[in-house]
Amino acid sequence: MTALAVGTRRSSGLGDNVWVRFAVRRTGRLLLSLWVLVTAAFLMIHALPGDPVRAALGPTAPLELVQQRRTAMGLDDPLWLQYAHYLGNLLSGDMGSSMTTGLPVSEIIGARMGATVELAVLAFAVAVIVSVPLGTLMAVLAGDGRRRAGDWMFTSTSVVLATIPEFLVAVCLVFVFGVQLGWAPVAGRSGPGSYVLPVLALALGPAFVLARLVRVEMLAVLQTDYIRTARAKRLPPRVVYLRHALPNAVTAGLTMGGLMLGALVAGTVLVENVFAWPGLGGTIVSSILAKDYPTVQGVVLVYGVGVLLVNLAVDVALALLDPRSAIRES
Amino acid sequence: MAGGSSRRWGRAVRSPLGVTAAVLLLAVLLLAVFAPMGWQARADAVHPADILQGPSGDHPAGTDLLGRDIFARVLVAARLSVELALAATGLGVLVGLLLGTAPLLLGRRAGRWAGALVNVAVAFPSLLLALFFAVVFGVGAKGAVLAIGLATAPAFARLTQTMAATVAGRDFIAAARIAGVGRVRILLRHVLPNIAEPLVVAATMAAGSALLAFAGLSFLGLGVQAPGYDWGRLLGEGLAQIYIHPAGALAPAVAVVLAAMAFNLAGEVVARAIGLRSAESGTPAGPVTAPPPRAAAATEPAAPLLAVENLRVTFPSLGAQISPVREVSLRLRPGEAVGIVGESGSGKSLTALAIAQLVAAPGRVDADRLEFLGADLRGGGAAAHRRLLGTSLAMVFQDPMTSLNPTHRVGHQLAEVVRRHQGADRRSAWARAVDRLHAVRIPAAARRARQLPHEFSGGMRQRAMIGMGLMASPALIIADEPTTALDVTVQREVLRLLENIRTADSVGLLFISHDVTVVAQVCERVLVMYAGRIVEDLPSGALLQDARHPYTRALVAAVPGMETDRDRPLAVIPGRPPDPARLPSGCAFAPRCPLATEVCREQDPPLAAYDGDRRVACHHADLAPVAVAPYRTTAGRDES
Repeated sequence: MTALAVGTRRSSGLGDNVWVRFAVRRTGRLLLSLWVLVTAAFLMIHALPGDPVRAALGPTAPLELVQQRRTAMGLDDPLWLQYAHYLGNLLSGDMGSSMTTGLPVSEIIGARMGATVELAVLAFAVAVIVSVPLGTLMAVLAGDGRRRAGDWMFTSTSVVLATIPEFLVAVCLVFVFGVQLGWAPVAGRSGPGSYVLPVLALALGPAFVLARLVRVEMLAVLQTDYIRTARAKRLPPRVVYLRHALPNAVTAGLTMGGLMLGALVAGTVLVENVFAWPGLGGTIVSSILAKDYPTVQGVVLVYGVGVLLVNLAVDVALALLDPRSAIRES
Repeated sequence: MAGGSSRRWGRAVRSPLGVTAAVLLLAVLLLAVFAPMGWQARADAVHPADILQGPSGDHPAGTDLLGRDIFARVLVAARLSVELALAATGLGVLVGLLLGTAPLLLGRRAGRWAGALVNVAVAFPSLLLALFFAVVFGVGAKGAVLAIGLATAPAFARLTQTMAATVAGRDFIAAARIAGVGRVRILLRHVLPNIAEPLVVAATMAAGSALLAFAGLSFLGLGVQAPGYDWGRLLGEGLAQIYIHPAGALAPAVAVVLAAMAFNLAGEVVARAIGLRSAESGTPAGPVTAPPPRAAAATEPAAPLLAVENLRVTFPSLGAQISPVREVSLRLRPGEAVGIVGESGSGKSLTALAIAQLVAAPGRVDADRLEFLGADLRGGGAAAHRRLLGTSLAMVFQDPMTSLNPTHRVGHQLAEVVRRHQGADRRSAWARAVDRLHAVRIPAAARRARQLPHEFSGGMRQRAMIGMGLMASPALIIADEPTTALDVTVQREVLRLLENIRTADSVGLLFISHDVTVVAQVCERVLVMYAGRIVEDLPSGALLQDARHPYTRALVAAVPGMETDRDRPLAVIPGRPPDPARLPSGCAFAPRCPLATEVCREQDPPLAAYDGDRRVACHHADLAPVAVAPYRTTAGRDES
């Protein structure tokens, strides 16, 4: 693109430098958050009341064993040295070893992360695939001034579903489809059928919340002047709704969608425990209960990084869909 | 509390939602206080003979592994569940308030650190934060309260920060600061009281979320530990037996959801009561006042471009029908420029939309005749005339800043017209778009076509809108206040552009404006609208000097000229235009008209032919213009 002339800097906002500035700012924020996350994970062990090794091995463990472990983990070194080691090890992919099994934490995470990512990605995909057409449809119907009863039912259903957290939805699904109807397996990960209930449990609430959001945004967008312009051009309704209205409605809904995707990542913890899903959610709970702190540390880090990456993806998608957001952010 | 706000509260609480929320919340709180007194013994009584029984008269929700009554246990668990959730919320609110008001209390630098901390923390879902803190504070009820409390804090801090910053920017805070009031005192006396209501709403809803979060942690085994039990723990115990005994898991689940909903609904009701959220409302009601339609009294010229007779736009309004546009008849020859003037609310823009078939449901357009280029536009829906209207009728709207789609490139928005209606391929449509942008004198059109609307100035956007209308070969341009949002020099350029297009290709122009002088400049004929009707139809040459309707004269008189005496107040038309839902009987202008007599208040004057080709709807059209002199404050333009 051409160099910006003096005085038109504000109006020609899409010069390269805007994108560069956006990338720099966004990367800076990511690095800051990452640093806070890593430091928090590191400090977690030191913020614990008492000795983590003693807590993990139990009150009956011999003192020599505790001391031996402490030395092995470097817990007797000065704090800054431990921090430096921790950062160095992280960079080389070493997250320490489990206190209960002795396995490397990175290995434990590697073995279980796939199942969690699958669950989260599938659930988000389902939520988006259901919510965008549903919300659009409800907005178009409501905008026509017809079917008020349907609109009311949709709104109240989505309000109720938004209140119920994933794990309670999961319990209800287990009851209805597992216990009463016997249609789908309710535990473990074996074959495509076992995905149905966990994915549904995770996706149902977000799907309706997103659909409601899309509906509200769509209704607002349909009132705008540029939609009137699109109608004045006599574009077919399909083009007006899908090409002109939807991108604008979705841009506004995307921020919320990103927040929900983050919450969905966290929601997998509970849902995995309902369905005995072999993912990180089971690992983090069992390792917290077993006081296996290196594993907890590693898993918390993985969840945190996952959320940060989701937020980054949303911001980038937002900037691509609606370039003004890249500028507005500053 | 002021009378108005207490009335709002009363209304909110009496609404169905308000009653539901109040009853639910009261039930939950009463249960939390009294349930352990009534059912504790029953909940803890072990019956080895009745293990894992289904629901029965004795045990409405069955019994657990030790034969204890699950229903009683769910009721008793209300106390601990609500207690812990409220404790966590209280902690979260306190920490959130401290973090959120830090910028005010500690000054800029420390405040920025607090803000950065909140920003980072808010990015993480609260469940993850709660898990993190649960590790730090240890497994158990106390640890979970701390964990959930601290996990709630960032979102609350963010809310406080945003609202406090808004309030802190107001004048009275600045005044207090200048007066030397201390930071703490400003915060406590001036800032917090002004943001208290939304904070109470947020805290109420946070209590609902805390209840659910606590159930989650206890369910995972990280919250309340045996032998204590809350709803989450009961749920966890019940889930293991869900195949044998589903009620054991469902009863606590229902309890959690109901309790959480009680808090959320209460928050929602309070939010509505204090006006944070508006309930969905309809259009204002009003009786139908529709005078009988009259035939238009105009002669038939040859081959009109646009012929409209007795146009009416109707909107349903809570059972009744209101008609903001009535009995509008007009005619346009090819190349002719006709203006419609009137105050806002006179129905001129709606008339334009109705002619263009752009009135959205639930509005309805009726007419005895509505012909454009010989095609009857009535009926048949939008699809029937899509191609004709898409290529031959161009619209230019008032606000160029909002009339272009912000997410599509300008060139694409132009090219789309010929791609849809004339089947042009992508390349030739784009070339045409660039050519049209060039035609409306947009510099560097090829580069500009690739830009998004926000990169255009207001005048450029309006020219792009006009260019969009020129993509095909328009026969009529309907311009609805096309220059109102533009500054005066840009306004002149746009008007000149419209004029050039009109004369070069003999394109008709229907020009809607509230600006009498602009209309007199641009148009050959002028239609004056008042309260949804045309009240005068006259050649623009007669507009400034020889208007017959008192309303038209008042509009003209309200325009300040070069000779206007600036020491005297500007002339205005006293009173307001009537609400279309409550039109007075007789002439709609009568209540504001200095010439009004008894007949005006009883009979609505018809739009009758006057002096050859003019039309006017006034009982006193023949009275001398001098009679409206009280309106005028401009000395130089008096006819005398």
